[in-house]
Amino acid sequence: MGLFDTLLGRTKPAKPDLDALFALPSAAITLEAGMQLKPTGVGSVCVKPAEGAGFAGLREQIDQLLAADNDKYTEVTDGFGFSWITREGDPGDLADLVTDLHSVNASLADAGFGPALLCTLVVFSGDGGPPVGLVYLYKRGTWYPFVPTGKDRRDNSRELQVRAVLGKDLNVETDLSRWFPVWGAPGL
Amino acid sequence: MATRSRFRSDPGLVARMTLTMFLIGALYVAFIAVLLSQGVSTVVVVIIAGGLLFAQYFFSDKIALYGMGGRIVTPEEAPELHGIVDRLCALADMPKPRVAIADVDMPNAFATGRNPRNAVVCATTGIMRRLDTEELEGVLSHELSHVAHRDVAVMTLASFLGVVAGLITRFAYYSGLFGGFDDRDDDRNGAAPLIVIMLVSILVYVLSFILTRALSRYRELSADRSGALLTGRPSALASALQKVTGEIARIPTRDLRSAEAFNAFFFTPALSNGFSISSLFSTHPPLEKRLEQLARISVQLGQPVA
Repeated sequence: MGLFDTLLGRTKPAKPDLDALFALPSAAITLEAGMQLKPTGVGSVCVKPAEGAGFAGLREQIDQLLAADNDKYTEVTDGFGFSWITREGDPGDLADLVTDLHSVNASLADAGFGPALLCTLVVFSGDGGPPVGLVYLYKRGTWYPFVPTGKDRRDNSRELQVRAVLGKDLNVETDLSRWFPVWGAPGL
Repeated sequence: MATRSRFRSDPGLVARMTLTMFLIGALYVAFIAVLLSQGVSTVVVVIIAGGLLFAQYFFSDKIALYGMGGRIVTPEEAPELHGIVDRLCALADMPKPRVAIADVDMPNAFATGRNPRNAVVCATTGIMRRLDTEELEGVLSHELSHVAHRDVAVMTLASFLGVVAGLITRFAYYSGLFGGFDDRDDDRNGAAPLIVIMLVSILVYVLSFILTRALSRYRELSADRSGALLTGRPSALASALQKVTGEIARIPTRDLRSAEAFNAFFFTPALSNGFSISSLFSTHPPLEKRLEQLARISVQLGQPVA
């Protein structure tokens, strides 16, 4: 934000960076090689629904877009009033999942609701430990791991391990204070 | 990729704010010019006022927290409040401020701190009890907008002149009382400029007070606007405002009087540390004006997808 925007009290809403999502499939290969974690096929987009007909109309369009495919698709609202649009597809085809998630993001951004996007979450598991969520922060263009182990508890050592493995493949968030927990996210 | 945005700025509000800031700046210049023409050594006054505001600026978070009896809470102690702030910060791409709770029944919330890295957002237990999650989120996004706009820094700077003028008024008054206005011949030359300085200072103080209040109201409207756009729920903030002000209107007179006395105790009320959500003092625009703006944003958000 520039000096004048600060002085005049005009915050510009942060713009989302959508394309970094496509770095995920190659990072998944590294994750499998390094930690034996495989995609579960579950991915979701978290968005803050705006009030009014504009957003409601858009939601119908997204419903139609996703219903055209055969994969499972659900939508839940969490305790904070955020919507999770969740996609459950073929665990073997991560690229397809990423494309679906990207199309949801793109239709939101094209309709002017880009600033309402909170994060995208893709779930990995398979090494016997608790499932690992990779969270993509649109506004930062960065990723971070999130491993919940119970009510309001997270496995920090496992998260740091994921960071160490993925450091080269993904743009991992360097500021640890921005690794916001998303308790109760679908698939975790 | 072409991205459309539903989030527009309000040129009228920006223009009014710019004009107010310009007038405050012009007042600065005029006041210094008068002081210099009267041959006053302003160094002492400026140093005292500067020291006051320096402390105000650097300790604004601690002063305001202490004043409200606020306590910094961890995510374990207040998971819901932290959860809301986490998500709002991720949406707005800003560093997370510290989160505090004040154990006061009066519904209120404030944000303070000289920059986003040193900010504190505080809510009272009263507001958390009365508002639902959506409304609380609206209030917190309003406070986070104050942090993003650096309102503590801007208002401290803007109120600096008022503090200087107030100090000079007092100095002139006391030096007039203790020797300025007697009949001795050798003092006659000194008395006239002293009265001029005192009158000018009073005038400057009043003008600066009115202007900083106006600026404060514009910044409240800005924070309402940015906050509502951040959550996409202007109506939730509107209903929170109605609840909060409705509650305040019902507080018994004894409480209101003691609140006023507390305010008058301050050297200048423009020195207040926090930016609170309640419209108890005239630093805030009238409720109807804020609701009207939120209704306009709601209509803009509701326009169908092209």
